[in-house]
Amino acid sequence: MHFEFNIEGGNFSKAGTASSQLKKILKQLNVDPKVIKRVVVALYEAEVNVVAHAYTGQIFIDIDTNKIEIKLVDEGPGIPNIELAMQQGYSTASPAVREMGFGAGMGLPNIKNNTDELHVASEVGKGTTVKMAIFLIS
Amino acid sequence: MKIKEVVNLLNAKIVSGEYLLDTEAEFVFASDLMSDVLTIEKDNLMLITGLANLQTIRTSEMSDINKIIFVRKKKATDEMIQLAVENDIILIECDYSMFKTAGILYQSGLKPVY
Repeated sequence: MHFEFNIEGGNFSKAGTASSQLKKILKQLNVDPKVIKRVVVALYEAEVNVVAHAYTGQIFIDIDTNKIEIKLVDEGPGIPNIELAMQQGYSTASPAVREMGFGAGMGLPNIKNNTDELHVASEVGKGTTVKMAIFLIS
Repeated sequence: MKIKEVVNLLNAKIVSGEYLLDTEAEFVFASDLMSDVLTIEKDNLMLITGLANLQTIRTSEMSDINKIIFVRKKKATDEMIQLAVENDIILIECDYSMFKTAGILYQSGLKPVY
């Protein structure tokens, strides 16, 4: 099964709508609730990152019997130092993002904790691609 | 402890999920930082927060939190209540500080996550 969603940079009122949709889909597919939580927390963190930092983005989700693969592609400023961005506590978030309860430098580390595979690629001035996978069968 | 007892103890007001007043609460986490809330693995959690915006409800939806207490006189907007109703999330508004709210509930037997 394949699903696609768009993300609007800066629009916090819509942040999380794709994660919410995916949660409903996974519930209908009778996926283990613990797996659902890991998937939607990881996607929600990534979605918030796009809203917080990028201008626009797209989410591509593929679900099969073995795993759930998610790719987020954004157009934005990119990440100059991915290693630094993966460190807990490092953040470049704006005060507006912090007012929403985010921007503590915990997003990418939490995505890593909740996924089985995570790849982040970025080009400064162009954008960032985040690929993640969660296995349904251990 | 039942939600209706929580509401009484805190002299609070329930603004969403009145039909869930007999639901049991067991574990509680208090934070204004949604990034912290998203790291908690415990299910059926109650959240105490002073952060009242749409992302508080979204974060709770993703984290399987079905009870939120807004402290420091923070109020839920109509949009927040609508999203909470869609997700069967109980919203409680309380005039007490986060410290006082957490103290009362801890003393009454509700458990911390860690």
